[in-house]
Amino acid sequence: MTRRVAVTGVGPLASLGTGRQGFWEALLEGRSGIGEITSFDASAYPCRIAGEVRDFEPTDYMERREAQRMDRFCRFAVAAARLAWEDAGLGPAPDAAACGVEPGRAAVVVGSGIGGISTFEEQYRVLLERGASRVSPHVVPMLIPNMAAGWIAILWGFRGPNLSTVTACAAGTHALGIAYRLIAGGQADLCIAGGAEASITPLALAGFCSMRALSLNNRDPAGASRPFDSRRDGFVMAEGAGLLVLEAAELAESRGARVYAELAGFGMSADAYHVTAPDPEAEGAASCMREALRDAGLRPEDVDYINAHGTSTPLNDRAETAAIRKVFDGHAGRLAVSSTKSMTGHLLGAAGGIEAIASALALYHGTAPPTINLEEPDPQCDLDYVPQRARPLDMRAALSNSFGFGGHNACLALKAWGKP
Amino acid sequence: MREEEIFDKVKGILLSKVAVAPDAVTPEARLKEDLEVDSLDMVEMAMALEDEFSIKVPDDAIAVIQTVADVVEFVRDSLSVMD
Repeated sequence: MTRRVAVTGVGPLASLGTGRQGFWEALLEGRSGIGEITSFDASAYPCRIAGEVRDFEPTDYMERREAQRMDRFCRFAVAAARLAWEDAGLGPAPDAAACGVEPGRAAVVVGSGIGGISTFEEQYRVLLERGASRVSPHVVPMLIPNMAAGWIAILWGFRGPNLSTVTACAAGTHALGIAYRLIAGGQADLCIAGGAEASITPLALAGFCSMRALSLNNRDPAGASRPFDSRRDGFVMAEGAGLLVLEAAELAESRGARVYAELAGFGMSADAYHVTAPDPEAEGAASCMREALRDAGLRPEDVDYINAHGTSTPLNDRAETAAIRKVFDGHAGRLAVSSTKSMTGHLLGAAGGIEAIASALALYHGTAPPTINLEEPDPQCDLDYVPQRARPLDMRAALSNSFGFGGHNACLALKAWGKP
Repeated sequence: MREEEIFDKVKGILLSKVAVAPDAVTPEARLKEDLEVDSLDMVEMAMALEDEFSIKVPDDAIAVIQTVADVVEFVRDSLSVMD
């Protein structure tokens, strides 16, 4: 059984913007969501900038007692799920009945790279300072990364497949790929899927600093994430969630839903090379793009746009460029490739969700979002990265790439809805 | 400590730790059925009671507590033993 899968609702929640309209406008305008870290004192850290979600009020999206039992990443996920749900025209409240799908055929797949690390850090301090008997009974359910999917099922009453993907910065893309397979293969009719992350914390920031993975451009936060630029010096951490409503095409059509794009293919591979560094030969990244194309029934020349992983680290952007050249060969130069991380920063496990949203909206609106801060391209990054300004572009199909620590590669293929 | 004072502190714990609705906390209110306090919340409440009143709240005591009045009574008895 293979069914077409429609993207009918998007729920972006990021420093760059919350909700479809605000988020898309920010992408079109080429704004940056990066600023100084305010949630804790980062003055002793070499990196002091991130894409923080500010003014987030959990009770706008859930009951206070529910929010109190969730880590921040999980609150983001629930909020983004509600945004996507409402955007899909399914009403303001979480409710399985609203979509006309049997609860047993409604699924949730939400990835997270790190899960509830702020809860972990807070409760580890309690353990050290006050002893084992004062550790919260909520600590385990709050910190485990699968709880975002668990909570959404509880709140929406979804009793179908429910799981989480934990593949670092590819988690959101893997989640959407698995969700697509569940619907295409007939195991579910509707799925809330994507990624959530909230790891701008003292320990995680310290860890990424120690890896020398982050941009140290503290003086110019908005210019710090500069994928493919010769002066890029690392990625910029960000937090938030990107969740989508996916449904079987016949269901979307029968209820007259607005469809942003078809999620048409999914590729996965492993670098089998190093825990954090990408394989410079980029064979893993290339093979997952090839697999997504094959799965979607697309030829390389059918693709007009790629939302790159484009982290702004020296190694990723070169390796990803090499991978795109391998897969697309002569067509590579005709592709529009952009990294929306230049604006959002790197949402880690939520990045795949946010970028699938950007890709679906790009197809829907016929506009490629830009790569901002790209002033002087790295000579080894020689594709058309849509520098600085969004560009109207008639698109038939797009890819969205994510590559995670551990060498996990994932790629989604999306097709414009209603085009042959 | 007067019973009203104990009740107010217990109510404060239920509001801050379990986020129940203020109006719902009456002496007769049943923790599980009326206030939707689950087993994890009970443990959290017990920890907060221990900190607030400097008493011990063993698991078998939690097991028999049903209403807010039971909590107040348990605290009052624990405090009087210490006197």
